[in-house]
Amino acid sequence: MYSKNIKSTCEKRGRSTGNLRYSYKRHLREKFIELLLLLAAFFSVVITFSIVFMLIKESITFFQHVSIWEFLTEKQWTPLFDDAHYGILPLVSGTVVSSTIALLVALPLGTTIAIYLSEFASYTVREIAKPFLELLGGIPTIVYGYFALLFVTPLLQVIIPDLPGFSLLSAGLVMGIMIIPYVSSMTEDAMRSVPMHLREGSYAIGATRFQTAIKVVMPAAFSGIAAAYILAISRAVGETMVVAIAAGMQPNLTWNPMEQAATITAYIVQVSLGDLPHGSIGYQTIFAAGLTLLLITLIFNILGHLLRKRYRETY
Amino acid sequence: MSDEKKLEELRVVIARHRLWDLIFLISGMLALMLAILTFIALFTQMLIDGAPRLSWDFFTSFPSRRPESAGILSAWVGTTLVMLVTAMAAIPLGVAAGVYLEEYAPRNLFTELIEINVTNLAGVPSIIYGLLALGLFVYQLGLGQSILAAGLTLALLILPIVIVATREAIRSIPVAIREGSYALGATKWETVADHLLPYSAPGILTGIIIGLARAIGETAPIITIGALTFIAFLPPSPIKSEFPFISFEWLTAPFTVMPIQMFNWVSRPEEEFQFNAAAAGLVLVVMTLAMNALAIYLRYRMRKKIKW
Repeated sequence: MYSKNIKSTCEKRGRSTGNLRYSYKRHLREKFIELLLLLAAFFSVVITFSIVFMLIKESITFFQHVSIWEFLTEKQWTPLFDDAHYGILPLVSGTVVSSTIALLVALPLGTTIAIYLSEFASYTVREIAKPFLELLGGIPTIVYGYFALLFVTPLLQVIIPDLPGFSLLSAGLVMGIMIIPYVSSMTEDAMRSVPMHLREGSYAIGATRFQTAIKVVMPAAFSGIAAAYILAISRAVGETMVVAIAAGMQPNLTWNPMEQAATITAYIVQVSLGDLPHGSIGYQTIFAAGLTLLLITLIFNILGHLLRKRYRETY
Repeated sequence: MSDEKKLEELRVVIARHRLWDLIFLISGMLALMLAILTFIALFTQMLIDGAPRLSWDFFTSFPSRRPESAGILSAWVGTTLVMLVTAMAAIPLGVAAGVYLEEYAPRNLFTELIEINVTNLAGVPSIIYGLLALGLFVYQLGLGQSILAAGLTLALLILPIVIVATREAIRSIPVAIREGSYALGATKWETVADHLLPYSAPGILTGIIIGLARAIGETAPIITIGALTFIAFLPPSPIKSEFPFISFEWLTAPFTVMPIQMFNWVSRPEEEFQFNAAAAGLVLVVMTLAMNALAIYLRYRMRKKIKW
């Protein structure tokens, strides 16, 4: 394959193969292409800036109507009612409760699967299980939402008869299962990149597989595992469709997972479904909510970055 | 203490640790089983509810107020067109950015900024992209709630996936290939276009397929830009009978996509619509799973075939 391409390189250049004179035309073309590629790479920075600009621009108009103090301390979120209250706390509580449940499911199970796959499982099991987990991560979130509402909630109602039709609990549980593949695959990658000689050293002094995994491999892979956890938190906080379908859309200041409540993302979906005029206060609330969400995920991203830097292991 | 006794104690310790090993082995297998069983439960539930609704009519009918005659025609046509726009925008941009970062970029602050930025973009929740699109595409640029706006939104969303896949694919090509090309007098771009891109094509393709599979299932950003949930007509045809034969009117047409159609049906109180939702979900899952499976297969084959 390469020899054919090397030949084509020569053929395309044709005339110049025997002529090594410096060619301005060629040089210019190279520079032009490099500029194009640079622009493409720079485009990602443009996206980030436009996200931040857009959210801040609309939020500023919002905060001219509503004081930041009211936004942060008011206990009701009813921007579309006649008696409007603009307190973000109910949306934050819904987000925190559903994310916590999701993480309580995803982190232990994901880590267990990762340790199992990287330290215990045979080659065959690993080769079958990994693609399977990847497929699980590829299922659209709307399908998980359907599953939470029509399968998990009725199932939970058998065990907990008082559970309402919409609840943070079932949304959180399904979200947790949805995040398992992310946690397990990133954690496993981190553990597999730990050099073999560390394990060999551990086995040589008589440690079992479990001891090696917990006391040698996991600390060595700490930075990668922390990154995986942070990513999981970020995903749980930003996840939309599962909570929008299964947790209900009533903003509700509660820490009780058995109740229904709206998350920040569910609120944005709910408002977008209606026909909101551009520039109205309702339109601006979704940008203010979006900015809050972006700030929360940004904090976790930075935290992850710092953690990784602080604990980076060099082998 | 006699040696015999010491040995006995040691055996107890070893046995205990062996037991822990076994306990963990079993819990690892159980955790894996739980994940797989959930998938099976999800699929079975959808199959039981949705399979009876799957028929030729389901694919060729518009949504309707009567659940038994509602179909997904406008949804799958919409999805196809939106994906077309997404692919046209995300592939050239993503591959070009990946090539730049891997082959051209000097190691300086500016490059590092771009790199940190790409990583961060991958962690931004998808609904935030929806808000960006609502403000920028729908209102600032005046694209309206159109196929074009939706396609571009999803393109931005999967851009980091394409960039990362391109970089990884190019990075795995040994330096010797580049040296060989330069030794023959090729320029940087000739090396990239004639050697690096062709050899990394399967890897890049894998990333693109995974990105598109993700885009097909994305619901939130499309809802945010205001996709309609009930559409009983098709966008104008891209091929016309008179000159110039190709029309781009469809780009500005209102649309709906599969996940939104499904969301609409799930959130209705009537039970019959939920069977429709299950059927639409089944189609959606089969589509995304097929794409993901193709990507996994491609990567597997690539790993086996290429020996640098």
